[in-house]
Amino acid sequence: MKLSRSPWLIHYDCSSCNGCDIEVLAATMPRYDVERFGIINTGDPMHADILLTTGGCNHQNAPVLKQIYEQMPNPKVVVAVGTCACTGGVFKDCYNILGGTDTVIPVDVYVTGCAARPESIIDGVVQALAILDQKYEAYTTDPKAKEGN
Amino acid sequence: MGKRSIVPFGPQHPVLPEPIHLDLVLEDEKVVDVLPEIGFIHRGLEGLVSKRDFKDYVYVAERVCGICSFMHGMGYCESVEHGMGIEIPRRADYLRTIWAEMSRVHSHLLWLGLLADGFGFEALFNECWRIREDVLDMLEATTGGRCIFSVNNVGGVVRDVDNATLLGISRKMDEIGARLKEISSTFLKDYTVKSRLVGVGILSHEAALELGAVGPMMRASGWDIDMRTTGYSAYGDLDLNINTSNDCDCYARTEVRINEIFTAIDLIKQAIDKIPNGNIIVPVKGNPKSEFLIRLEQPRGEAVYYTKGNGTKYLDRFRVRTPTFANIPAMAEIMRGCEVADIPMIILTIDPCISCTER
Repeated sequence: MKLSRSPWLIHYDCSSCNGCDIEVLAATMPRYDVERFGIINTGDPMHADILLTTGGCNHQNAPVLKQIYEQMPNPKVVVAVGTCACTGGVFKDCYNILGGTDTVIPVDVYVTGCAARPESIIDGVVQALAILDQKYEAYTTDPKAKEGN
Repeated sequence: MGKRSIVPFGPQHPVLPEPIHLDLVLEDEKVVDVLPEIGFIHRGLEGLVSKRDFKDYVYVAERVCGICSFMHGMGYCESVEHGMGIEIPRRADYLRTIWAEMSRVHSHLLWLGLLADGFGFEALFNECWRIREDVLDMLEATTGGRCIFSVNNVGGVVRDVDNATLLGISRKMDEIGARLKEISSTFLKDYTVKSRLVGVGILSHEAALELGAVGPMMRASGWDIDMRTTGYSAYGDLDLNINTSNDCDCYARTEVRINEIFTAIDLIKQAIDKIPNGNIIVPVKGNPKSEFLIRLEQPRGEAVYYTKGNGTKYLDRFRVRTPTFANIPAMAEIMRGCEVADIPMIILTIDPCISCTER
Protein backbone atom coordinates (compact mmCIF):
# COMPACT_ATOMS: atom_id res chain seq x y z
CA MET A 1 0.00 0.00 0.00
CA LYS A 2 1.20 3.43 -0.84
CA LEU A 3 0.24 6.58 0.98
CA SER A 4 1.31 8.86 -1.83
CA ARG A 5 -1.58 8.03 -4.19
CA SER A 6 -3.90 10.88 -3.25
CA PRO A 7 -2.34 12.96 -0.51
CA TRP A 8 -4.24 15.79 1.14
CA LEU A 9 -2.55 19.08 1.81
CA ILE A 10 -2.92 21.68 4.45
CA HIS A 11 -1.53 25.13 3.87
CA TYR A 12 -0.59 27.54 6.62
CA ASP A 13 0.52 31.10 5.97
CA CYS A 14 3.11 31.93 8.65
CA SER A 15 3.97 35.47 7.65
CA SER A 16 4.18 35.40 3.93
CA CYS A 17 3.45 38.35 1.66
CA ASN A 18 0.63 36.37 0.00
CA GLY A 19 2.64 35.79 -3.17
CA CYS A 20 3.39 32.15 -2.36
CA ASP A 21 -0.10 31.63 -0.92
CA ILE A 22 -1.84 32.54 -4.13
CA GLU A 23 0.64 30.42 -6.06
CA VAL A 24 -0.23 27.44 -3.85
CA LEU A 25 -3.88 28.10 -4.67
CA ALA A 26 -3.06 28.62 -8.36
CA ALA A 27 -1.47 25.15 -8.41
CA THR A 28 -4.89 23.64 -7.67
CA MET A 29 -6.62 25.79 -10.34
CA PRO A 30 -7.34 24.85 -13.98
CA ARG A 31 -3.93 25.76 -15.43
CA TYR A 32 -1.97 23.36 -13.20
CA ASP A 33 -4.85 21.40 -11.70
CA VAL A 34 -3.25 19.07 -9.16
CA GLU A 35 -6.71 18.09 -7.96
CA ARG A 36 -6.95 15.65 -10.87
CA PHE A 37 -4.35 13.51 -9.03
CA GLY A 38 -6.53 13.39 -5.94
CA ILE A 39 -4.59 16.11 -4.15
CA ILE A 40 -7.00 18.17 -2.09
CA ASN A 41 -6.29 21.34 -0.17
CA THR A 42 -8.04 20.69 3.12
CA GLY A 43 -8.60 23.01 6.03
CA ASP A 44 -8.43 20.33 8.70
CA PRO A 45 -4.97 19.35 10.02
CA MET A 46 -6.26 15.93 11.07
CA HIS A 47 -7.12 15.11 7.44
CA ALA A 48 -3.79 16.19 6.02
CA ASP A 49 -0.65 14.30 5.00
CA ILE A 50 1.44 17.22 3.76
CA LEU A 51 1.89 20.60 5.43
CA LEU A 52 2.79 23.49 3.13
CA THR A 53 4.12 26.52 4.94
CA THR A 54 4.80 29.94 3.46
CA GLY A 55 6.66 32.85 5.01
CA GLY A 56 9.00 33.17 7.96
CA CYS A 57 7.80 32.47 11.48
CA ASN A 58 7.15 35.06 14.15
CA HIS A 59 6.43 34.83 17.87
CA GLN A 60 2.67 34.93 17.47
CA ASN A 61 2.24 32.27 14.80
CA ALA A 62 4.95 29.83 15.93
CA PRO A 63 2.64 28.15 18.50
CA VAL A 64 -0.17 27.96 15.90
CA LEU A 65 2.17 26.30 13.41
CA LYS A 66 3.41 23.87 16.05
CA GLN A 67 -0.15 23.00 16.97
CA ILE A 68 -1.14 22.31 13.36
CA TYR A 69 1.95 20.11 12.95
CA GLU A 70 1.18 18.16 16.09
CA GLN A 71 -2.46 17.64 15.10
CA MET A 72 -1.50 16.02 11.80
CA PRO A 73 -1.49 12.21 11.86
CA ASN A 74 1.77 10.30 11.40
CA PRO A 75 3.51 9.88 9.00
CA LYS A 76 3.61 13.46 7.74
CA VAL A 77 5.88 15.68 5.69
CA VAL A 78 6.49 19.41 5.70
CA VAL A 79 7.25 21.46 2.58
CA ALA A 80 8.57 24.99 3.08
CA VAL A 81 7.34 27.01 0.10
CA GLY A 82 9.23 30.13 -0.92
CA THR A 83 12.46 31.74 0.13
CA CYS A 84 10.92 33.25 3.27
CA ALA A 85 9.81 29.83 4.51
CA CYS A 86 13.29 28.43 3.79
CA THR A 87 15.42 31.10 5.45
CA GLY A 88 13.35 34.16 6.30
CA GLY A 89 14.27 35.67 2.93
CA VAL A 90 13.91 39.39 2.40
CA PHE A 91 12.38 39.73 5.88
CA LYS A 92 15.24 37.97 7.65
CA ASP A 93 16.47 41.18 9.30
CA CYS A 94 13.00 42.28 10.42
CA TYR A 95 12.64 42.56 14.19
CA ASN A 96 9.65 40.24 14.34
CA ILE A 97 10.92 37.34 12.22
CA LEU A 98 12.42 34.30 13.92
CA GLY A 99 13.61 32.74 10.66
CA GLY A 100 12.42 30.01 8.32
CA THR A 101 9.89 27.30 9.10
CA ASP A 102 12.66 24.99 10.34
CA THR A 103 13.19 27.18 13.39
CA VAL A 104 9.84 25.87 14.68
CA ILE A 105 9.13 22.46 13.10
CA PRO A 106 11.26 19.98 11.10
CA VAL A 107 11.13 20.56 7.32
CA ASP A 108 11.53 17.82 4.71
CA VAL A 109 11.54 19.72 1.40
CA TYR A 110 12.60 23.29 0.69
CA VAL A 111 11.09 25.04 -2.35
CA THR A 112 12.87 28.27 -3.21
CA GLY A 113 11.66 31.22 -5.27
CA CYS A 114 10.11 34.58 -4.56
CA ALA A 115 7.32 33.95 -5.17
CA ALA A 116 7.75 30.19 -5.72
CA ARG A 117 6.18 29.28 -9.07
CA PRO A 118 3.33 26.72 -9.15
CA GLU A 119 5.59 24.37 -11.15
CA SER A 120 8.24 24.37 -8.44
CA ILE A 121 5.62 23.95 -5.70
CA ILE A 122 4.26 20.87 -7.52
CA ASP A 123 7.82 19.56 -7.90
CA GLY A 124 8.39 20.07 -4.17
CA VAL A 125 5.21 18.18 -3.32
CA VAL A 126 6.21 15.30 -5.63
CA GLN A 127 9.55 15.04 -3.80
CA ALA A 128 7.71 15.18 -0.50
CA LEU A 129 5.56 12.21 -1.59
CA ALA A 130 8.67 10.03 -1.96
CA ILE A 131 9.68 11.01 1.58
CA LEU A 132 6.15 10.29 2.79
CA ASP A 133 6.37 6.76 1.39
CA GLN A 134 9.74 6.18 3.04
CA LYS A 135 8.37 7.41 6.34
CA TYR A 136 5.34 5.18 5.99
CA GLU A 137 7.57 2.19 5.32
CA ALA A 138 9.67 2.93 8.38
CA TYR A 139 6.56 3.61 10.37
CA THR A 140 4.99 0.22 9.63
CA THR A 141 8.16 -1.88 9.99
CA ASP A 142 10.02 -0.17 12.79
CA PRO A 143 8.11 0.49 16.02
CA LYS A 144 10.77 3.00 17.16
CA ALA A 145 9.94 5.32 14.24
CA LYS A 146 6.53 5.94 15.76
CA GLU A 147 8.10 7.86 18.59
CA GLY A 148 10.69 9.61 16.46
CA ASN A 149 8.36 10.98 13.84
CA MET B 1 -33.16 35.01 23.90
CA GLY B 2 -30.54 32.29 23.75
CA LYS B 3 -27.40 31.77 25.73
CA ARG B 4 -24.36 33.77 24.71
CA SER B 5 -21.30 31.85 23.62
CA ILE B 6 -17.95 32.87 22.18
CA VAL B 7 -16.70 30.93 19.17
CA PRO B 8 -13.10 31.47 18.07
CA PHE B 9 -12.68 31.76 14.31
CA GLY B 10 -9.15 31.25 12.96
CA PRO B 11 -6.24 31.94 12.75
CA GLN B 12 -6.16 28.81 10.59
CA HIS B 13 -9.58 28.68 8.92
CA PRO B 14 -11.09 27.61 5.61
CA VAL B 15 -12.27 30.99 4.29
CA LEU B 16 -8.94 32.49 3.33
CA PRO B 17 -5.39 31.24 3.00
CA GLU B 18 -4.36 34.01 5.38
CA PRO B 19 -4.63 33.89 9.16
CA ILE B 20 -7.02 36.24 10.92
CA HIS B 21 -8.55 35.59 14.30
CA LEU B 22 -12.09 36.64 15.21
CA ASP B 23 -13.87 36.04 18.49
CA LEU B 24 -17.52 35.69 17.54
CA VAL B 25 -20.01 36.38 20.30
CA LEU B 26 -23.09 34.35 19.37
CA GLU B 27 -26.65 34.15 20.57
CA ASP B 28 -27.83 30.91 19.01
CA GLU B 29 -27.12 31.47 15.32
CA LYS B 30 -26.99 35.27 15.47
CA VAL B 31 -23.71 37.14 15.75
CA VAL B 32 -23.94 39.71 18.53
CA ASP B 33 -20.41 41.02 18.53
CA VAL B 34 -17.10 40.47 16.78
CA LEU B 35 -13.65 41.02 18.27
CA PRO B 36 -10.95 40.93 15.60
CA GLU B 37 -7.39 40.07 16.59
CA ILE B 38 -4.56 40.66 14.16
CA GLY B 39 -0.80 40.23 14.24
CA PHE B 40 -0.25 36.66 13.11
CA ILE B 41 1.72 37.73 10.09
CA HIS B 42 3.34 40.87 11.39
CA ARG B 43 6.87 41.03 10.04
CA GLY B 44 7.99 44.51 11.01
CA LEU B 45 8.77 45.42 7.45
CA GLU B 46 8.58 49.19 8.00
CA GLY B 47 11.49 48.97 10.44
CA LEU B 48 13.68 47.61 7.69
CA VAL B 49 14.16 51.11 6.20
CA SER B 50 16.88 51.68 8.76
CA LYS B 51 18.86 48.73 7.40
CA ARG B 52 18.32 49.01 3.63
CA ASP B 53 19.42 51.64 1.12
CA PHE B 54 16.36 53.65 0.03
CA LYS B 55 16.79 52.43 -3.56
CA ASP B 56 16.99 48.78 -2.49
CA TYR B 57 14.03 49.17 -0.17
CA VAL B 58 11.70 49.22 -3.21
CA TYR B 59 12.05 45.44 -3.31
CA VAL B 60 11.02 45.16 0.33
CA ALA B 61 8.12 47.62 -0.12
CA GLU B 62 6.80 45.45 -2.96
CA ARG B 63 6.60 42.52 -0.60
CA VAL B 64 4.11 44.23 1.69
CA CYS B 65 1.64 42.12 -0.24
CA GLY B 66 1.97 39.63 -3.08
CA ILE B 67 -1.40 40.43 -4.69
CA CYS B 68 -1.10 44.20 -5.05
CA SER B 69 2.72 44.11 -4.95
CA PHE B 70 3.07 46.44 -7.90
CA MET B 71 1.10 49.23 -6.28
CA HIS B 72 3.09 49.03 -3.06
CA GLY B 73 6.35 49.43 -4.98
CA MET B 74 4.77 52.22 -6.98
CA GLY B 75 3.47 54.02 -3.87
CA TYR B 76 6.86 53.90 -2.19
CA CYS B 77 8.66 55.12 -5.32
CA GLU B 78 6.19 57.94 -5.98
CA SER B 79 6.49 59.06 -2.38
CA VAL B 80 10.30 59.16 -2.47
CA GLU B 81 10.35 60.72 -5.95
CA HIS B 82 7.96 63.51 -4.98
CA GLY B 83 9.90 64.08 -1.77
CA MET B 84 13.15 64.44 -3.70
CA GLY B 85 11.54 66.51 -6.47
CA ILE B 86 12.38 64.02 -9.21
CA GLU B 87 10.26 64.18 -12.34
CA ILE B 88 10.10 60.72 -13.88
CA PRO B 89 9.70 60.22 -17.66
CA ARG B 90 6.12 60.24 -18.92
CA ARG B 91 6.50 56.80 -20.48
CA ALA B 92 7.38 55.39 -17.06
CA ASP B 93 4.22 56.97 -15.63
CA TYR B 94 2.13 55.33 -18.33
CA LEU B 95 3.81 51.93 -17.89
CA ARG B 96 3.17 52.14 -14.15
CA THR B 97 -0.47 52.93 -14.83
CA ILE B 98 -0.84 50.00 -17.23
CA TRP B 99 0.78 47.54 -14.80
CA ALA B 100 -1.21 48.93 -11.89
CA GLU B 101 -4.49 48.44 -13.75
CA MET B 102 -3.46 44.95 -14.83
CA SER B 103 -2.80 44.21 -11.16
CA ARG B 104 -6.27 45.46 -10.38
CA VAL B 105 -7.79 43.13 -13.00
CA HIS B 106 -5.95 40.10 -11.61
CA SER B 107 -6.68 41.03 -8.01
CA HIS B 108 -10.42 41.47 -8.64
CA LEU B 109 -10.58 38.20 -10.59
CA LEU B 110 -8.83 36.45 -7.72
CA TRP B 111 -11.36 37.94 -5.34
CA LEU B 112 -14.34 36.95 -7.51
CA GLY B 113 -13.00 33.39 -7.51
CA LEU B 114 -12.65 33.33 -3.73
CA LEU B 115 -16.18 34.73 -3.40
CA ALA B 116 -17.52 31.96 -5.64
CA ASP B 117 -15.65 29.46 -3.46
CA GLY B 118 -17.19 31.12 -0.42
CA PHE B 119 -20.71 30.35 -1.56
CA GLY B 120 -19.71 26.93 -2.80
CA PHE B 121 -19.75 27.48 -6.58
CA GLU B 122 -16.56 25.59 -7.47
CA ALA B 123 -16.96 25.79 -11.26
CA LEU B 124 -17.24 29.58 -11.14
CA PHE B 125 -14.21 29.73 -8.83
CA ASN B 126 -12.16 27.78 -11.36
CA GLU B 127 -13.40 29.86 -14.27
CA CYS B 128 -12.36 33.14 -12.61
CA TRP B 129 -8.90 31.80 -11.92
CA ARG B 130 -8.62 30.51 -15.48
CA ILE B 131 -9.16 34.03 -16.80
CA ARG B 132 -6.77 35.39 -14.20
CA GLU B 133 -3.98 33.12 -15.48
CA ASP B 134 -4.15 34.94 -18.85
CA VAL B 135 -3.61 38.28 -17.10
CA LEU B 136 -0.70 36.77 -15.17
CA ASP B 137 0.79 35.54 -18.48
CA MET B 138 0.80 39.10 -19.79
CA LEU B 139 2.31 40.42 -16.57
CA GLU B 140 4.97 37.73 -16.69
CA ALA B 141 5.78 38.47 -20.33
CA THR B 142 6.21 42.19 -19.65
CA THR B 143 7.75 42.20 -16.16
CA GLY B 144 9.23 38.74 -15.64
CA GLY B 145 7.24 37.80 -12.55
CA ARG B 146 3.84 36.37 -11.75
CA CYS B 147 3.37 37.84 -8.28
CA ILE B 148 6.34 40.01 -7.47
CA PHE B 149 7.39 42.11 -10.46
CA SER B 150 10.37 44.20 -9.26
CA VAL B 151 10.07 46.61 -12.19
CA ASN B 152 9.71 49.80 -10.16
CA ASN B 153 12.69 51.80 -9.10
CA VAL B 154 13.18 55.25 -7.69
CA GLY B 155 13.33 57.42 -10.84
CA GLY B 156 11.16 55.31 -13.15
CA VAL B 157 10.75 51.71 -14.22
CA VAL B 158 13.52 49.28 -15.14
CA ARG B 159 11.84 47.45 -18.02
CA ASP B 160 10.39 48.88 -21.18
CA VAL B 161 7.62 47.23 -23.16
CA ASP B 162 7.71 47.68 -26.93
CA ASN B 163 4.68 49.19 -28.61
CA ALA B 164 3.79 46.06 -30.57
CA THR B 165 3.51 44.09 -27.31
CA LEU B 166 1.35 46.82 -25.83
CA LEU B 167 -1.02 46.59 -28.80
CA GLY B 168 -1.14 42.82 -28.26
CA ILE B 169 -2.08 43.43 -24.60
CA SER B 170 -4.81 45.80 -25.71
CA ARG B 171 -6.31 43.12 -27.99
CA LYS B 172 -5.99 40.42 -25.33
CA MET B 173 -7.77 42.69 -22.85
CA ASP B 174 -10.78 42.82 -25.19
CA GLU B 175 -10.88 39.04 -25.17
CA ILE B 176 -10.65 38.95 -21.36
CA GLY B 177 -13.45 41.51 -21.16
CA ALA B 178 -15.67 39.31 -23.33
CA ARG B 179 -15.00 36.23 -21.20
CA LEU B 180 -15.62 38.20 -18.05
CA LYS B 181 -18.94 39.39 -19.41
CA GLU B 182 -20.06 35.76 -19.67
CA ILE B 183 -19.26 34.92 -16.06
CA SER B 184 -20.38 38.27 -14.69
CA SER B 185 -23.97 37.46 -15.67
CA THR B 186 -23.75 34.39 -13.41
CA PHE B 187 -22.55 36.55 -10.51
CA LEU B 188 -25.16 39.24 -11.03
CA LYS B 189 -28.23 37.37 -12.32
CA ASP B 190 -28.08 33.80 -10.99
CA TYR B 191 -30.86 33.11 -8.51
CA THR B 192 -28.71 31.02 -6.13
CA VAL B 193 -25.84 33.48 -6.12
CA LYS B 194 -28.20 36.40 -5.51
CA SER B 195 -29.82 34.57 -2.62
CA ARG B 196 -26.44 34.53 -0.85
CA LEU B 197 -25.51 38.13 -1.64
CA VAL B 198 -28.58 40.35 -1.75
CA GLY B 199 -29.39 42.00 1.56
CA VAL B 200 -26.42 40.43 3.36
CA GLY B 201 -23.92 42.60 5.22
CA ILE B 202 -25.49 46.01 4.83
CA LEU B 203 -23.16 48.94 5.43
CA SER B 204 -25.28 52.07 5.32
CA HIS B 205 -24.28 55.22 3.46
CA GLU B 206 -23.60 57.13 6.69
CA ALA B 207 -21.88 54.27 8.52
CA ALA B 208 -19.43 53.82 5.63
CA LEU B 209 -18.19 57.37 6.13
CA GLU B 210 -18.27 57.24 9.92
CA LEU B 211 -16.25 54.01 10.09
CA GLY B 212 -13.80 55.24 7.49
CA ALA B 213 -14.33 52.47 4.95
CA VAL B 214 -12.34 52.77 1.74
CA GLY B 215 -12.38 51.58 -1.84
CA PRO B 216 -15.13 49.33 -3.20
CA MET B 217 -16.70 49.13 0.29
CA MET B 218 -17.20 52.89 0.21
CA ARG B 219 -18.30 52.99 -3.41
CA ALA B 220 -20.83 50.19 -2.88
CA SER B 221 -22.40 52.37 -0.17
CA GLY B 222 -22.93 55.22 -2.58
CA TRP B 223 -19.81 57.38 -2.13
CA ASP B 224 -17.91 58.20 -5.32
CA ILE B 225 -14.49 58.41 -3.68
CA ASP B 226 -11.59 57.15 -5.75
CA MET B 227 -7.98 58.23 -5.29
CA ARG B 228 -7.30 57.80 -9.00
CA THR B 229 -9.18 61.06 -9.52
CA THR B 230 -6.26 62.87 -7.81
CA GLY B 231 -4.41 62.22 -11.07
CA TYR B 232 -1.21 60.60 -9.81
CA SER B 233 0.97 58.84 -12.37
CA ALA B 234 -0.81 58.97 -15.75
CA TYR B 235 -4.38 58.91 -14.39
CA GLY B 236 -4.71 62.66 -14.95
CA ASP B 237 -4.68 62.08 -18.74
CA LEU B 238 -7.19 59.25 -18.73
CA ASP B 239 -10.94 59.29 -18.72
CA LEU B 240 -11.96 57.59 -15.47
CA ASN B 241 -15.42 56.30 -14.77
CA ILE B 242 -16.08 55.73 -11.05
CA ASN B 243 -18.33 52.73 -10.38
CA THR B 244 -20.72 53.12 -7.50
CA SER B 245 -23.83 51.44 -6.21
CA ASN B 246 -26.46 52.46 -3.67
CA ASP B 247 -27.49 48.98 -2.50
CA CYS B 248 -24.89 48.82 0.34
CA ASP B 249 -24.92 44.97 0.53
CA CYS B 250 -22.62 42.13 -0.54
CA TYR B 251 -24.28 42.12 -3.97
CA ALA B 252 -23.45 45.81 -4.45
CA ARG B 253 -19.83 45.22 -3.55
CA THR B 254 -19.63 42.36 -6.06
CA GLU B 255 -21.24 44.51 -8.74
CA VAL B 256 -18.87 47.41 -8.08
CA ARG B 257 -15.83 45.16 -8.32
CA ILE B 258 -17.02 43.51 -11.53
CA ASN B 259 -17.63 46.92 -13.09
CA GLU B 260 -14.21 48.04 -11.89
CA ILE B 261 -12.60 45.26 -13.90
CA PHE B 262 -14.26 46.62 -17.03
CA THR B 263 -13.13 50.14 -16.09
CA ALA B 264 -9.58 48.89 -15.54
CA ILE B 265 -9.62 47.21 -18.97
CA ASP B 266 -10.81 50.49 -20.46
CA LEU B 267 -8.06 52.43 -18.67
CA ILE B 268 -5.40 50.01 -19.91
CA LYS B 269 -6.62 50.48 -23.47
CA GLN B 270 -6.70 54.27 -23.12
CA ALA B 271 -3.18 54.29 -21.66
CA ILE B 272 -1.89 52.08 -24.47
CA ASP B 273 -3.40 54.46 -27.05
CA LYS B 274 -1.80 57.50 -25.47
CA ILE B 275 1.58 56.20 -24.28
CA PRO B 276 4.42 58.50 -25.43
CA ASN B 277 7.83 57.25 -26.59
CA GLY B 278 10.99 58.09 -24.73
CA ASN B 279 13.05 57.29 -21.68
CA ILE B 280 11.82 55.07 -18.89
CA ILE B 281 14.15 56.01 -16.04
CA VAL B 282 16.13 59.05 -14.90
CA PRO B 283 19.28 58.87 -12.78
CA VAL B 284 18.78 59.69 -9.10
CA LYS B 285 21.42 61.83 -7.40
CA GLY B 286 21.65 62.53 -3.70
CA ASN B 287 19.57 61.21 -0.84
CA PRO B 288 16.03 62.04 0.25
CA LYS B 289 15.84 64.85 2.80
CA SER B 290 12.19 65.80 3.02
CA GLU B 291 8.99 63.97 3.90
CA PHE B 292 6.10 63.15 1.61
CA LEU B 293 2.70 61.50 1.86
CA ILE B 294 0.87 60.09 -1.15
CA ARG B 295 -2.48 58.33 -1.51
CA LEU B 296 -3.08 55.68 -4.15
CA GLU B 297 -6.12 53.68 -5.11
CA GLN B 298 -5.35 50.00 -4.70
CA PRO B 299 -7.70 47.18 -5.73
CA ARG B 300 -8.92 47.14 -2.11
CA GLY B 301 -9.15 50.88 -1.66
CA GLU B 302 -7.12 53.86 -0.62
CA ALA B 303 -3.57 53.20 0.54
CA VAL B 304 -1.40 55.86 2.16
CA TYR B 305 2.38 55.93 1.86
CA TYR B 306 4.56 58.20 3.94
CA THR B 307 8.34 58.51 3.69
CA LYS B 308 10.68 60.73 5.64
CA GLY B 309 14.32 61.13 4.68
CA ASN B 310 17.21 62.56 6.69
CA GLY B 311 19.83 63.21 4.01
CA THR B 312 21.49 59.81 4.35
CA LYS B 313 20.80 56.78 2.19
CA TYR B 314 18.64 55.29 4.95
CA LEU B 315 15.17 56.73 5.43
CA ASP B 316 13.97 57.84 8.85
CA ARG B 317 10.51 56.45 8.48
CA PHE B 318 8.31 54.59 6.03
CA ARG B 319 4.66 54.14 6.82
CA VAL B 320 1.86 52.37 4.94
CA ARG B 321 -1.81 52.57 5.84
CA THR B 322 -3.39 49.78 3.89
CA PRO B 323 -7.03 49.54 2.77
CA THR B 324 -7.94 46.35 4.64
CA PHE B 325 -6.87 47.90 7.93
CA ALA B 326 -9.28 50.77 7.27
CA ASN B 327 -12.05 48.32 6.38
CA ILE B 328 -11.84 46.11 9.49
CA PRO B 329 -14.06 48.36 11.71
CA ALA B 330 -16.66 48.37 8.92
CA MET B 331 -16.41 44.57 8.66
CA ALA B 332 -16.99 44.17 12.40
CA GLU B 333 -19.98 46.53 12.16
CA ILE B 334 -21.73 44.66 9.33
CA MET B 335 -21.15 41.31 11.04
CA ARG B 336 -23.22 42.31 14.04
CA GLY B 337 -26.66 40.81 13.63
CA CYS B 338 -25.78 38.46 10.77
CA GLU B 339 -26.17 34.67 10.67
CA VAL B 340 -23.14 32.47 11.33
CA ALA B 341 -23.43 31.01 7.82
CA ASP B 342 -23.02 34.49 6.28
CA ILE B 343 -19.70 35.16 8.02
CA PRO B 344 -17.51 33.84 5.15
CA MET B 345 -19.45 36.03 2.68
CA ILE B 346 -19.02 39.13 4.81
CA ILE B 347 -15.33 38.56 5.45
CA LEU B 348 -14.80 38.00 1.74
CA THR B 349 -16.70 41.04 0.51
CA ILE B 350 -14.32 43.42 2.24
CA ASP B 351 -11.65 41.70 0.10
CA PRO B 352 -9.31 41.23 3.05
CA CYS B 353 -5.59 41.23 2.51
CA ILE B 354 -4.11 40.37 5.89
CA SER B 355 -0.49 40.57 4.71
CA CYS B 356 -1.03 44.23 3.85
CA THR B 357 -2.78 44.92 7.11
CA GLU B 358 -0.11 43.48 9.34
CA ARG B 359 2.99 44.05 7.20
